[in-house]
Amino acid sequence: MIKIENLKKSYSTTVALDDVSLEVKRGELFGLIGPDGAGKSTLMRILMSLLLPDSGTARLNGFDVTTQHKEVRHVTGYMPGRFSLYPDLTVEENMDFFATVFGTTVKANYDMVKDIYQQIEPFKTRRAGKLSGGMKQKLALSCALIHKPLVLILDEPTTGVDAVSRKEFWEMLKNLKAQGITIVVSTPYMDEASLCDRIALIQQGKIFSVDTPQQMAADFAEDLWAIRSPKLYPTAQKLHELPKVISVNSFGQELHLVTPKGAYSAKDISDFLTKKGETEIQIQRTEATIEDVFMLFMTQHHTTKQ
Amino acid sequence: MREAVITVKNMVKKFGDFVANDNLNFEVYKGEIFGFLGANGAGKTTAIRILCGLSTPTSGEMKVAGYDIYRETEKIKRNIGYMSQKFSLYEDLTINENIRFYGGIYGIKPEERKRRSKLMLDRLELTPYADRKIGDLPLGWKQKLAFSIAILHEPDIVFLDEPTGGVDPVTRRQFWNLIYEAVERGITVFVTTHYMDEAEYCDRVSIMDEGKIVVLDTPDALKKQFNAANMDEVFVKIAR
Repeated sequence: MIKIENLKKSYSTTVALDDVSLEVKRGELFGLIGPDGAGKSTLMRILMSLLLPDSGTARLNGFDVTTQHKEVRHVTGYMPGRFSLYPDLTVEENMDFFATVFGTTVKANYDMVKDIYQQIEPFKTRRAGKLSGGMKQKLALSCALIHKPLVLILDEPTTGVDAVSRKEFWEMLKNLKAQGITIVVSTPYMDEASLCDRIALIQQGKIFSVDTPQQMAADFAEDLWAIRSPKLYPTAQKLHELPKVISVNSFGQELHLVTPKGAYSAKDISDFLTKKGETEIQIQRTEATIEDVFMLFMTQHHTTKQ
Repeated sequence: MREAVITVKNMVKKFGDFVANDNLNFEVYKGEIFGFLGANGAGKTTAIRILCGLSTPTSGEMKVAGYDIYRETEKIKRNIGYMSQKFSLYEDLTINENIRFYGGIYGIKPEERKRRSKLMLDRLELTPYADRKIGDLPLGWKQKLAFSIAILHEPDIVFLDEPTGGVDPVTRRQFWNLIYEAVERGITVFVTTHYMDEAEYCDRVSIMDEGKIVVLDTPDALKKQFNAANMDEVFVKIAR
Protein backbone atom coordinates (compact mmCIF):
# COMPACT_ATOMS: atom_id res chain seq x y z
CA MET A 1 0.00 0.00 0.00
CA ILE A 2 2.88 2.33 0.84
CA LYS A 3 6.28 2.00 -0.77
CA ILE A 4 9.04 4.36 0.29
CA GLU A 5 12.44 4.28 -1.42
CA ASN A 6 15.56 6.20 -0.43
CA LEU A 7 13.78 9.26 0.91
CA LYS A 8 15.99 12.14 1.91
CA LYS A 9 14.97 15.45 3.43
CA SER A 10 17.03 18.18 5.06
CA TYR A 11 16.08 21.49 6.67
CA SER A 12 19.08 23.76 6.05
CA THR A 13 21.83 21.87 7.91
CA THR A 14 19.60 19.43 9.80
CA VAL A 15 19.09 16.04 8.19
CA ALA A 16 15.51 15.03 8.96
CA LEU A 17 15.36 11.90 6.82
CA ASP A 18 18.51 10.06 5.84
CA ASP A 19 17.85 7.53 3.08
CA VAL A 20 14.66 5.99 4.42
CA SER A 21 13.12 2.96 2.71
CA LEU A 22 10.04 1.19 4.00
CA GLU A 23 7.02 -0.79 2.89
CA VAL A 24 3.64 -0.90 4.58
CA LYS A 25 1.26 -3.64 3.53
CA ARG A 26 -2.41 -3.22 2.76
CA GLY A 27 -4.50 -3.48 5.92
CA GLU A 28 -1.53 -3.22 8.22
CA LEU A 29 -1.41 -1.26 11.48
CA PHE A 30 2.11 0.12 11.30
CA GLY A 31 3.90 2.05 14.08
CA LEU A 32 6.65 4.65 13.69
CA ILE A 33 8.55 4.69 16.95
CA GLY A 34 11.31 7.14 17.71
CA PRO A 35 12.32 10.01 19.96
CA ASP A 36 11.34 13.58 19.39
CA GLY A 37 13.06 15.00 16.34
CA ALA A 38 13.75 11.55 14.85
CA GLY A 39 11.96 12.43 11.61
CA LYS A 40 8.57 10.77 12.15
CA SER A 41 6.46 13.86 11.40
CA THR A 42 8.59 14.74 8.37
CA LEU A 43 8.05 11.27 6.97
CA MET A 44 4.30 11.51 7.55
CA ARG A 45 4.07 14.93 5.92
CA ILE A 46 5.89 13.66 2.85
CA LEU A 47 3.50 10.70 2.65
CA MET A 48 0.60 13.14 2.85
CA SER A 49 2.15 15.15 -0.05
CA LEU A 50 2.34 18.18 2.25
CA LEU A 51 6.11 18.33 2.01
CA LEU A 52 8.46 17.51 -0.87
CA PRO A 53 11.44 15.24 -0.30
CA ASP A 54 14.90 16.31 -1.49
CA SER A 55 15.26 12.97 -3.24
CA GLY A 56 13.79 9.48 -3.28
CA THR A 57 10.25 8.35 -3.98
CA ALA A 58 7.17 7.43 -2.02
CA ARG A 59 4.08 5.80 -3.47
CA LEU A 60 0.76 5.44 -1.77
CA ASN A 61 -1.72 3.05 -3.37
CA GLY A 62 0.48 3.43 -6.46
CA PHE A 63 0.27 7.23 -6.52
CA ASP A 64 3.50 9.21 -6.45
CA VAL A 65 3.37 11.67 -3.53
CA THR A 66 5.37 14.31 -5.39
CA THR A 67 3.45 14.36 -8.68
CA GLN A 68 0.00 12.99 -7.83
CA HIS A 69 -0.85 14.88 -4.69
CA LYS A 70 -4.56 15.16 -5.55
CA GLU A 71 -4.93 11.40 -5.84
CA VAL A 72 -2.84 10.85 -2.73
CA ARG A 73 -4.96 13.17 -0.63
CA HIS A 74 -8.17 11.54 -1.80
CA VAL A 75 -7.13 8.13 -0.53
CA THR A 76 -5.55 9.25 2.75
CA GLY A 77 -6.86 10.65 6.01
CA TYR A 78 -4.47 12.59 8.23
CA MET A 79 -4.39 13.60 11.88
CA PRO A 80 -1.50 16.01 12.44
CA GLY A 81 0.31 16.17 15.77
CA ARG A 82 -1.38 19.39 16.79
CA PHE A 83 -5.13 19.81 16.98
CA SER A 84 -5.85 21.34 13.57
CA LEU A 85 -9.60 21.58 13.28
CA TYR A 86 -11.38 24.90 13.30
CA PRO A 87 -11.91 25.79 16.98
CA ASP A 88 -14.56 28.40 16.13
CA LEU A 89 -16.67 25.96 14.14
CA THR A 90 -18.95 23.48 15.86
CA VAL A 91 -18.41 19.74 15.79
CA GLU A 92 -21.03 19.43 13.04
CA GLU A 93 -19.61 22.33 11.00
CA ASN A 94 -16.12 20.85 11.06
CA MET A 95 -17.49 17.54 9.80
CA ASP A 96 -19.46 19.25 7.02
CA PHE A 97 -16.43 21.30 6.06
CA PHE A 98 -14.12 18.32 5.65
CA ALA A 99 -16.78 16.32 3.81
CA THR A 100 -17.40 19.21 1.39
CA VAL A 101 -13.69 19.71 0.69
CA PHE A 102 -13.58 16.12 -0.52
CA GLY A 103 -16.77 16.49 -2.56
CA THR A 104 -18.94 14.33 -0.36
CA THR A 105 -21.39 14.72 2.53
CA VAL A 106 -21.48 13.49 6.11
CA LYS A 107 -24.72 11.69 5.27
CA ALA A 108 -23.26 9.81 2.29
CA ASN A 109 -20.33 8.44 4.30
CA TYR A 110 -21.98 8.24 7.69
CA ASP A 111 -21.44 4.48 7.99
CA MET A 112 -17.68 5.05 7.81
CA VAL A 113 -17.53 7.35 10.85
CA LYS A 114 -20.63 6.15 12.69
CA ASP A 115 -18.97 4.22 15.53
CA ILE A 116 -16.66 7.08 16.43
CA TYR A 117 -18.82 10.07 15.55
CA GLN A 118 -21.80 8.77 17.55
CA GLN A 119 -19.76 9.23 20.73
CA ILE A 120 -19.47 12.99 20.13
CA GLU A 121 -22.74 13.57 18.29
CA PRO A 122 -24.56 14.65 21.48
CA PHE A 123 -22.18 17.65 21.47
CA LYS A 124 -22.51 18.43 17.76
CA THR A 125 -23.46 22.06 18.36
CA ARG A 126 -20.48 22.68 20.62
CA ARG A 127 -17.49 24.57 19.22
CA ALA A 128 -14.52 22.31 18.58
CA GLY A 129 -12.26 24.54 20.68
CA LYS A 130 -14.44 23.85 23.72
CA LEU A 131 -14.20 20.06 23.59
CA SER A 132 -12.18 18.00 26.06
CA GLY A 133 -8.97 16.34 24.84
CA GLY A 134 -10.58 12.96 24.30
CA MET A 135 -13.49 14.42 22.35
CA LYS A 136 -11.23 16.58 20.17
CA GLN A 137 -9.35 13.47 19.24
CA LYS A 138 -12.52 11.63 18.27
CA LEU A 139 -13.64 14.57 16.16
CA ALA A 140 -10.24 14.79 14.46
CA LEU A 141 -10.41 11.09 13.64
CA SER A 142 -13.98 11.44 12.33
CA CYS A 143 -12.89 14.35 10.08
CA ALA A 144 -9.92 12.32 8.82
CA LEU A 145 -12.27 9.44 7.92
CA ILE A 146 -15.20 11.29 6.38
CA HIS A 147 -14.00 10.86 2.76
CA LYS A 148 -13.51 7.08 3.18
CA PRO A 149 -9.73 6.97 2.88
CA LEU A 150 -7.79 3.77 2.24
CA VAL A 151 -4.93 4.90 4.43
CA LEU A 152 -4.90 6.74 7.75
CA ILE A 153 -1.82 8.66 8.83
CA LEU A 154 -1.88 9.56 12.51
CA ASP A 155 0.87 11.70 14.01
CA GLU A 156 0.98 11.10 17.78
CA PRO A 157 -2.81 10.94 18.10
CA THR A 158 -2.73 10.07 21.81
CA THR A 159 -0.15 12.52 23.15
CA GLY A 160 -1.64 14.33 26.14
CA VAL A 161 -4.58 11.94 26.27
CA ASP A 162 -5.45 10.09 29.49
CA ALA A 163 -4.97 6.35 29.96
CA VAL A 164 -8.64 5.44 29.55
CA SER A 165 -9.20 7.52 26.40
CA ARG A 166 -6.00 6.06 24.95
CA LYS A 167 -7.36 2.54 25.38
CA GLU A 168 -10.62 3.56 23.73
CA PHE A 169 -8.73 5.16 20.85
CA TRP A 170 -6.79 1.96 20.16
CA GLU A 171 -10.05 0.00 20.20
CA MET A 172 -11.26 2.33 17.45
CA LEU A 173 -8.07 1.78 15.45
CA LYS A 174 -8.53 -1.98 15.73
CA ASN A 175 -12.07 -1.64 14.34
CA LEU A 176 -10.84 0.51 11.45
CA LYS A 177 -8.15 -2.02 10.69
CA ALA A 178 -10.80 -4.75 10.66
CA GLN A 179 -12.54 -2.75 7.91
CA GLY A 180 -9.38 -3.03 5.82
CA ILE A 181 -7.95 0.45 6.36
CA THR A 182 -4.16 0.72 6.37
CA ILE A 183 -2.94 2.73 9.35
CA VAL A 184 0.41 4.40 9.96
CA VAL A 185 0.69 5.78 13.49
CA SER A 186 3.43 7.36 15.55
CA THR A 187 3.44 7.37 19.35
CA PRO A 188 5.65 8.13 22.32
CA TYR A 189 3.77 5.49 24.37
CA MET A 190 5.59 2.19 24.23
CA ASP A 191 2.58 0.17 25.38
CA GLU A 192 0.88 1.36 22.18
CA ALA A 193 3.82 0.27 20.04
CA SER A 194 3.14 -3.30 21.15
CA LEU A 195 -0.40 -3.05 19.72
CA CYS A 196 0.88 -2.51 16.15
CA ASP A 197 1.28 -5.31 13.58
CA ARG A 198 4.78 -4.09 12.77
CA ILE A 199 6.88 -1.20 13.97
CA ALA A 200 9.89 0.73 12.68
CA LEU A 201 12.43 2.15 15.11
CA ILE A 202 13.59 5.50 13.83
CA GLN A 203 16.37 7.70 15.19
CA GLN A 204 18.10 10.75 13.68
CA GLY A 205 16.35 10.29 10.35
CA LYS A 206 17.33 6.64 9.90
CA ILE A 207 15.28 3.49 10.24
CA PHE A 208 17.20 0.96 12.30
CA SER A 209 14.86 -1.94 12.45
CA VAL A 210 11.46 -3.04 11.18
CA ASP A 211 9.68 -6.04 12.67
CA THR A 212 6.70 -7.22 14.68
CA PRO A 213 6.81 -5.91 18.26
CA GLN A 214 6.78 -9.52 19.52
CA GLN A 215 9.86 -10.42 17.47
CA MET A 216 11.69 -7.26 18.49
CA ALA A 217 11.08 -8.05 22.15
CA ALA A 218 12.15 -11.68 21.64
CA ASP A 219 15.37 -10.50 19.95
CA PHE A 220 16.48 -8.55 23.04
CA ALA A 221 20.10 -9.63 23.15
CA GLU A 222 21.18 -8.79 26.71
CA ASP A 223 20.17 -9.96 30.18
CA LEU A 224 17.26 -8.09 31.70
CA TRP A 225 16.50 -8.04 35.43
CA ALA A 226 13.51 -6.69 37.32
CA ILE A 227 14.51 -5.38 40.73
CA ARG A 228 12.38 -4.20 43.60
CA SER A 229 13.47 -2.45 46.76
CA PRO A 230 11.82 -0.19 49.34
CA LYS A 231 13.39 2.94 47.79
CA LEU A 232 14.05 2.58 44.08
CA TYR A 233 15.96 5.80 43.42
CA PRO A 234 18.95 5.09 45.74
CA THR A 235 19.00 1.46 44.58
CA ALA A 236 19.21 2.64 40.97
CA GLN A 237 22.13 4.93 41.80
CA LYS A 238 24.02 2.00 43.33
CA LEU A 239 23.30 -0.21 40.33
CA HIS A 240 24.92 2.38 38.07
CA GLU A 241 28.19 1.45 39.81
CA LEU A 242 27.89 -2.21 38.83
CA PRO A 243 31.05 -2.71 36.70
CA LYS A 244 29.45 -4.10 33.52
CA VAL A 245 26.11 -2.33 33.75
CA ILE A 246 24.55 -1.29 30.42
CA SER A 247 21.59 0.61 31.82
CA VAL A 248 19.33 1.02 34.82
CA ASN A 249 15.86 2.43 34.33
CA SER A 250 12.80 2.79 36.47
CA PHE A 251 9.75 0.91 35.19
CA GLY A 252 6.90 1.94 37.43
CA GLN A 253 7.23 0.05 40.68
CA GLU A 254 10.45 -1.73 39.71
CA LEU A 255 13.84 -1.11 38.14
CA HIS A 256 14.98 -2.75 34.94
CA LEU A 257 18.68 -3.51 34.89
CA VAL A 258 20.37 -4.46 31.61
CA THR A 259 23.67 -6.36 31.77
CA PRO A 260 25.66 -8.13 29.03
CA LYS A 261 24.43 -11.64 28.26
CA GLY A 262 25.81 -14.10 30.82
CA ALA A 263 27.82 -11.47 32.73
CA TYR A 264 26.01 -11.83 36.05
CA SER A 265 23.72 -14.16 37.96
CA ALA A 266 20.86 -12.89 40.14
CA LYS A 267 23.02 -13.76 43.16
CA ASP A 268 25.94 -11.65 41.84
CA ILE A 269 23.71 -8.60 41.60
CA SER A 270 22.01 -9.25 44.92
CA ASP A 271 25.42 -9.64 46.62
CA PHE A 272 26.64 -6.43 45.03
CA LEU A 273 23.64 -4.51 46.37
CA THR A 274 23.89 -6.09 49.84
CA LYS A 275 27.53 -5.03 50.02
CA LYS A 276 26.40 -1.49 49.20
CA GLY A 277 24.03 -1.58 52.17
CA GLU A 278 20.73 -2.34 50.37
CA THR A 279 18.17 -4.54 52.13
CA GLU A 280 14.90 -6.22 51.12
CA ILE A 281 16.00 -6.59 47.51
CA GLN A 282 13.93 -8.72 45.13
CA ILE A 283 15.55 -9.61 41.86
CA GLN A 284 14.44 -11.78 38.97
CA ARG A 285 14.91 -12.19 35.26
CA THR A 286 12.21 -10.64 33.18
CA GLU A 287 11.00 -10.60 29.57
CA ALA A 288 11.77 -7.49 27.56
CA THR A 289 8.93 -5.18 26.58
CA ILE A 290 9.04 -2.83 23.60
CA GLU A 291 9.99 -0.07 26.02
CA ASP A 292 13.11 -2.05 27.02
CA VAL A 293 13.94 -2.64 23.36
CA PHE A 294 13.50 1.01 22.53
CA MET A 295 15.61 2.21 25.45
CA LEU A 296 18.43 -0.21 24.70
CA PHE A 297 18.29 0.91 21.08
CA MET A 298 18.50 4.55 22.19
CA THR A 299 21.45 3.79 24.48
CA GLN A 300 23.32 1.97 21.71
CA HIS A 301 22.57 4.48 18.96
CA HIS A 302 23.06 7.53 21.07
CA THR A 303 25.47 9.60 19.01
CA THR A 304 26.70 12.91 20.33
CA LYS A 305 24.06 15.58 20.80
CA GLN A 306 24.23 18.14 18.03
CA MET B 1 2.49 15.08 61.94
CA ARG B 2 4.07 16.18 58.70
CA GLU B 3 4.22 19.83 57.75
CA ALA B 4 1.70 20.82 55.08
CA VAL B 5 2.87 23.25 52.39
CA ILE B 6 -0.45 23.20 50.55
CA THR B 7 -3.78 23.10 52.40
CA VAL B 8 -7.01 22.90 50.45
CA LYS B 9 -10.37 23.03 52.22
CA ASN B 10 -13.69 22.85 50.36
CA MET B 11 -12.28 24.22 47.13
CA VAL B 12 -14.98 24.96 44.56
CA LYS B 13 -14.55 26.49 41.11
CA LYS B 14 -17.49 27.08 38.80
CA PHE B 15 -17.55 28.40 35.25
CA GLY B 16 -21.19 29.41 34.88
CA ASP B 17 -23.18 26.24 35.58
CA PHE B 18 -20.18 24.02 35.08
CA VAL B 19 -18.48 22.84 38.27
CA ALA B 20 -14.81 22.29 37.41
CA ASN B 21 -13.66 21.67 41.00
CA ASP B 22 -16.31 20.21 43.26
CA ASN B 23 -15.35 20.59 46.91
CA LEU B 24 -11.72 19.45 46.93
CA ASN B 25 -10.01 18.71 50.25
CA PHE B 26 -6.36 17.71 50.54
CA GLU B 27 -2.96 18.57 51.92
CA VAL B 28 0.46 18.31 50.33
CA TYR B 29 3.37 17.71 52.68
CA LYS B 30 6.76 19.36 52.57
CA GLY B 31 9.29 17.46 50.48
CA GLU B 32 6.91 14.99 48.87
CA ILE B 33 6.14 14.21 45.25
CA PHE B 34 2.39 14.59 44.97
CA GLY B 35 0.80 13.07 41.87
CA PHE B 36 -2.38 14.85 40.79
CA LEU B 37 -4.05 12.47 38.33
CA GLY B 38 -7.30 12.39 36.44
CA ALA B 39 -8.82 11.97 33.00
CA ASN B 40 -8.80 14.82 30.46
CA GLY B 41 -11.29 17.41 31.59
CA ALA B 42 -11.42 16.17 35.21
CA GLY B 43 -10.44 19.61 36.51
CA LYS B 44 -6.71 19.23 37.20
CA THR B 45 -5.44 22.28 35.34
CA THR B 46 -8.18 24.46 36.85
CA ALA B 47 -7.09 23.46 40.36
CA ILE B 48 -3.41 24.00 39.58
CA ARG B 49 -4.08 27.47 38.20
CA ILE B 50 -5.90 28.38 41.41
CA LEU B 51 -3.09 27.05 43.61
CA CYS B 52 -0.58 29.07 41.57
CA GLY B 53 -2.57 32.25 42.17
CA LEU B 54 -3.54 32.59 38.50
CA SER B 55 -7.26 32.07 38.96
CA THR B 56 -9.63 32.81 41.86
CA PRO B 57 -11.72 29.99 43.31
CA THR B 58 -15.47 30.37 43.69
CA SER B 59 -15.25 29.34 47.36
CA GLY B 60 -13.12 27.45 49.87
CA GLU B 61 -10.01 28.05 51.95
CA MET B 62 -6.56 27.44 50.51
CA LYS B 63 -3.03 28.12 51.60
CA VAL B 64 0.06 27.63 49.48
CA ALA B 65 3.55 27.93 50.97
CA GLY B 66 1.90 29.49 54.03
CA TYR B 67 0.09 32.22 52.06
CA ASP B 68 -3.60 32.82 51.54
CA ILE B 69 -4.89 32.13 48.04
CA TYR B 70 -7.20 35.19 47.96
CA ARG B 71 -5.08 37.89 49.55
CA GLU B 72 -1.47 36.88 49.03
CA THR B 73 -1.22 35.65 45.44
CA GLU B 74 1.89 37.74 44.73
CA LYS B 75 3.72 36.15 47.68
CA ILE B 76 2.58 32.73 46.48
CA LYS B 77 3.92 33.40 43.00
CA ARG B 78 7.32 34.32 44.41
CA ASN B 79 7.53 31.08 46.39
CA ILE B 80 6.44 28.61 43.76
CA GLY B 81 7.56 27.48 40.33
CA TYR B 82 5.08 26.59 37.59
CA MET B 83 5.61 24.66 34.40
CA SER B 84 2.41 24.86 32.41
CA GLN B 85 1.15 22.40 29.84
CA LYS B 86 1.28 24.69 26.84
CA PHE B 87 3.65 27.53 27.45
CA SER B 88 7.04 27.08 28.97
CA LEU B 89 9.79 29.20 27.47
CA TYR B 90 10.08 31.92 24.82
CA GLU B 91 10.78 30.13 21.56
CA ASP B 92 12.34 33.19 19.92
CA LEU B 93 14.82 33.77 22.73
CA THR B 94 17.99 31.75 23.29
CA ILE B 95 18.55 29.55 26.33
CA ASN B 96 20.66 32.27 27.98
CA GLU B 97 18.12 34.97 27.21
CA ASN B 98 15.33 32.90 28.73
CA ILE B 99 17.39 32.36 31.89
CA ARG B 100 18.15 36.08 32.13
CA PHE B 101 14.50 36.90 31.61
CA TYR B 102 13.25 34.54 34.32
CA GLY B 103 16.07 35.50 36.66
CA GLY B 104 15.01 39.13 36.24
CA ILE B 105 11.32 38.37 36.86
CA TYR B 106 12.15 36.60 40.13
CA GLY B 107 14.67 39.25 41.19
CA ILE B 108 17.71 36.98 41.29
CA LYS B 109 20.86 39.11 41.41
CA PRO B 110 22.94 38.87 38.19
CA GLU B 111 25.95 37.20 39.83
CA GLU B 112 23.82 34.66 41.60
CA ARG B 113 21.88 34.06 38.40
CA LYS B 114 25.12 33.39 36.50
CA ARG B 115 26.25 30.95 39.17
CA ARG B 116 22.97 29.03 39.16
CA SER B 117 22.72 29.17 35.38
CA LYS B 118 26.18 27.62 35.00
CA LEU B 119 25.34 24.80 37.43
CA MET B 120 22.09 24.18 35.63
CA LEU B 121 23.48 24.14 32.09
CA ASP B 122 26.37 21.90 33.13
CA ARG B 123 23.93 19.51 34.77
CA LEU B 124 21.77 19.38 31.63
CA GLU B 125 24.85 19.18 29.37
CA LEU B 126 23.50 22.17 27.49
CA THR B 127 26.38 24.61 28.05
CA PRO B 128 27.52 24.45 24.39
CA TYR B 129 24.00 25.36 23.25
CA ALA B 130 23.37 28.34 25.53
CA ASP B 131 23.04 30.71 22.57
CA ARG B 132 20.61 28.56 20.61
CA LYS B 133 17.04 29.64 20.24
CA ILE B 134 14.59 27.55 22.26
CA GLY B 135 12.46 26.98 19.15
CA ASP B 136 15.32 25.03 17.54
CA LEU B 137 15.66 22.52 20.40
CA PRO B 138 14.05 19.07 20.57
CA LEU B 139 11.01 18.80 22.85
CA GLY B 140 12.82 16.71 25.47
CA TRP B 141 15.53 19.34 25.92
CA LYS B 142 12.94 22.09 26.13
CA GLN B 143 11.04 20.29 28.85
CA LYS B 144 14.13 19.64 30.97
CA LEU B 145 15.17 23.23 30.54
CA ALA B 146 11.70 24.56 31.34
CA PHE B 147 11.68 22.57 34.57
CA SER B 148 15.15 23.75 35.58
CA ILE B 149 14.22 27.36 34.90
CA ALA B 150 10.95 26.95 36.84
CA ILE B 151 13.04 26.13 39.93
CA LEU B 152 15.88 28.61 39.26
CA HIS B 153 14.61 30.87 42.07
CA GLU B 154 14.59 27.87 44.45
CA PRO B 155 10.88 27.90 45.25
CA ASP B 156 9.26 25.90 48.08
CA ILE B 157 6.92 24.15 45.67
CA VAL B 158 6.98 23.46 41.94
CA PHE B 159 3.80 22.72 39.96
CA LEU B 160 4.29 20.59 36.85
CA ASP B 161 1.32 20.25 34.51
CA GLU B 162 1.94 17.23 32.24
CA PRO B 163 5.65 17.93 31.93
CA THR B 164 6.42 14.71 30.03
CA GLY B 165 3.57 14.64 27.49
CA GLY B 166 4.90 13.40 24.15
CA VAL B 167 8.44 12.91 25.44
CA ASP B 168 10.32 9.68 24.61
CA PRO B 169 10.96 7.03 27.32
CA VAL B 170 14.61 7.86 27.82
CA THR B 171 14.05 11.59 28.21
CA ARG B 172 11.07 10.97 30.50
CA ARG B 173 13.33 9.15 32.91
CA GLN B 174 15.98 11.85 32.71
CA PHE B 175 13.22 14.31 33.55
CA TRP B 176 12.23 12.29 36.60
CA ASN B 177 15.85 12.24 37.76
CA LEU B 178 15.69 16.05 37.75
CA ILE B 179 12.53 15.83 39.86
CA TYR B 180 14.27 13.58 42.40
CA GLU B 181 17.22 15.97 42.57
CA ALA B 182 14.85 18.87 43.23
CA VAL B 183 13.21 16.88 46.03
CA GLU B 184 16.61 16.22 47.56
CA ARG B 185 17.14 19.98 47.65
CA GLY B 186 13.91 20.30 49.67
CA ILE B 187 11.50 21.34 46.90
CA THR B 188 7.97 19.92 47.08
CA VAL B 189 6.73 18.62 43.72
CA PHE B 190 3.12 18.74 42.56
CA VAL B 191 2.82 16.92 39.25
CA THR B 192 0.19 15.75 36.75
CA THR B 193 0.81 13.02 34.20
CA HIS B 194 -0.94 10.58 31.89
CA TYR B 195 1.89 8.05 32.18
CA MET B 196 0.85 5.58 34.83
CA ASP B 197 4.39 4.31 35.41
CA GLU B 198 5.15 7.85 36.55
CA ALA B 199 2.27 7.66 39.02
CA GLU B 200 4.27 4.89 40.72
CA TYR B 201 7.14 7.35 41.31
CA CYS B 202 4.97 9.66 43.43
CA ASP B 203 4.88 9.49 47.23
CA ARG B 204 1.13 10.02 47.20
CA VAL B 205 -1.39 10.17 44.41
CA SER B 206 -4.84 11.67 44.09
CA ILE B 207 -7.18 10.73 41.25
CA MET B 208 -9.84 13.17 40.09
CA ASP B 209 -12.98 12.38 38.16
CA GLU B 210 -15.59 14.93 37.08
CA GLY B 211 -14.26 17.64 39.38
CA LYS B 212 -13.99 15.48 42.51
CA ILE B 213 -11.06 13.75 44.16
CA VAL B 214 -12.09 10.09 44.22
CA VAL B 215 -9.07 8.64 46.01
CA LEU B 216 -5.89 9.92 47.66
CA ASP B 217 -3.22 7.63 49.04
CA THR B 218 0.20 6.10 48.40
CA PRO B 219 0.48 4.08 45.17
CA ASP B 220 0.95 0.88 47.23
CA ALA B 221 -2.17 1.48 49.30
CA LEU B 222 -4.23 2.25 46.18
CA LYS B 223 -3.05 -0.93 44.45
CA LYS B 224 -4.09 -2.92 47.52
CA GLN B 225 -7.44 -1.14 47.84
CA PHE B 226 -8.35 -1.80 44.19
CA ASN B 227 -6.72 -5.21 44.06
CA ALA B 228 -4.66 -3.99 41.10
CA ALA B 229 -1.20 -5.02 39.85
CA ASN B 230 -0.19 -1.48 38.97
CA MET B 231 -1.40 2.13 38.88
CA ASP B 232 -2.66 1.76 35.32
CA GLU B 233 -5.25 -0.76 36.53
CA VAL B 234 -6.18 1.47 39.46
CA PHE B 235 -6.69 4.41 37.11
CA VAL B 236 -8.79 2.46 34.64
CA LYS B 237 -11.00 1.10 37.43
CA ILE B 238 -11.68 4.61 38.72
CA ALA B 239 -11.93 6.62 35.52
CA ARG B 240 -13.93 4.22 33.36
